[in-house]
Amino acid sequence: MPVWKSRFKDRDVTDRSVWMNRRTLMAGTAGLLAGAPALASRHAIPNPGYSTDEPPTRFEDITSYNNFYEFGTGKDDPARYASALTTDPWSIEIAGECANPGTHALEDILKGKTIEERIYRFRCVEAWSMVIPWFGFQLSALLDQVVPTSKARYVAFETLYRPEEMIGQRSRTIPWPYVEGLRMDEAMHPLTLMATGIYEEKMPNQNGAPIRLVVPWKYGFKSIKSIVKITLTEEQPPATWNILQPDEYGFYANVNPEVDHPRWSQASHRVVGSGLFARREPTLMLNGYADEVGPLYAGMDLRKNF
Amino acid sequence: MLRPAYESSDKWRGAVPLACGEGYVRDMIAATLNSATRAVPPWVLYPVLAFPGLWLFVSQVLAPGPDPVAALEHGLGKYALQLLVLGLLITPLRDVVRINLMRYRRQVGLMAFFYVVAHLLVYLVLDNQFWWNALIRDLTRRPYIIIGMVSFVILIPLAFTSNNASIRRLGPIAWKRLHYLTYPAILLGALHYLMLKKTWQTEPMIYVAFAIMLILWRVPRFIGLRRP
Repeated sequence: MPVWKSRFKDRDVTDRSVWMNRRTLMAGTAGLLAGAPALASRHAIPNPGYSTDEPPTRFEDITSYNNFYEFGTGKDDPARYASALTTDPWSIEIAGECANPGTHALEDILKGKTIEERIYRFRCVEAWSMVIPWFGFQLSALLDQVVPTSKARYVAFETLYRPEEMIGQRSRTIPWPYVEGLRMDEAMHPLTLMATGIYEEKMPNQNGAPIRLVVPWKYGFKSIKSIVKITLTEEQPPATWNILQPDEYGFYANVNPEVDHPRWSQASHRVVGSGLFARREPTLMLNGYADEVGPLYAGMDLRKNF
Repeated sequence: MLRPAYESSDKWRGAVPLACGEGYVRDMIAATLNSATRAVPPWVLYPVLAFPGLWLFVSQVLAPGPDPVAALEHGLGKYALQLLVLGLLITPLRDVVRINLMRYRRQVGLMAFFYVVAHLLVYLVLDNQFWWNALIRDLTRRPYIIIGMVSFVILIPLAFTSNNASIRRLGPIAWKRLHYLTYPAILLGALHYLMLKKTWQTEPMIYVAFAIMLILWRVPRFIGLRRP
């Protein structure tokens, strides 16, 4: 049984005012939902300061065109097979260089967190892009809670390994579980989001339910899905694609139109949902977030540290 | 080992035996197919084989998916590979299972070329959008693009000599030699698909396997072990 249901049946990009208005209407019923877990993204507070005003990609496109090899290598495989995934109960183990390690139920992690709406640009390393209205909280809020030690320089993430439910994990297309990592300052940056929903829906399974990372200035594969473990480390942690093809996928994987993927140019991309005859769009440095996160990489050679 | 009575006893020979063998069924199927295809003139294959590509194009115009350019580009490329495989399957089909589709081989080959050209046009016009810098980099630095392009170039003389006049002009032996170029073309085409993927994936490997098997099957004939 699908755990989510699309409300958007038309083929057009949903007009922003339509779903913004609907949320206002729903605010009236918020009292009824007060007891529901914070996963219900209706409590989300829009954060226009961190949002683009570009039109969001259709919900259908965001939820039917996914790279989530845990459910198969085809773009439509995750939408087809991810309904098998059990996302409740869910817990995340927090380990490594911090004062408060431990395993926490997702409900406990969400307690007291401000769930915001952030409309982010999303750029895949395969040269296509989306604009996604995410819901979630800043990763920094969680890291502050666990109190990193002075040795914590990186944050490592791990996706669930459950081949009984994740059909793609039954073959070794890539080593399981999928792992990713960020430098501490990247992880603490206010743009870095732990997302629990898209539009007004809780996170669809194929998009990384129930909770995933979103790092909008990096290629999509850094935004690891269905997270079960977060480790604070002293050394740079392994990252799956980087291990597989270090010449094609760097640890930083910052969106950079000047550094080509060995097999294709990264200077421009196709906009998902724009049709067969749409123009390619030029790719922006750090996916358009250079003002916010550029200083993190001051003095670094981004051609070398790609 | 127990053997069926009809094999060990002359008494039964000719009565039941052949009718029970799988060869009989095979020949019946082949004969039925061969007589059925007799009614189908070869030109019919042009519209029939063009249809999936046109359908893909129209559907991506009228109801585009998330990334219609990729869908069309990859879809046309796969049809091209499938038709190249089909073209190379025609001889083994005749020699092994006795299904004779030889008179359609030219149409299959030309339609494979049609799909290669369509695939290339989508890459140039809709994907690359005549962005010359990227195009030049693709053609000079990216092995999978180079390999795909070499495969296309190899197919050009084959397409232009796929007519009776060319066979007459070149003579059947030279013409046949020229058309051996199909083997490197299909191998490079399948390799082009395999190299495009981020990981080793089953689907492109199936095309590579088909290409290799269909070439290997011809080796005994080339070295004179089997009659051409």
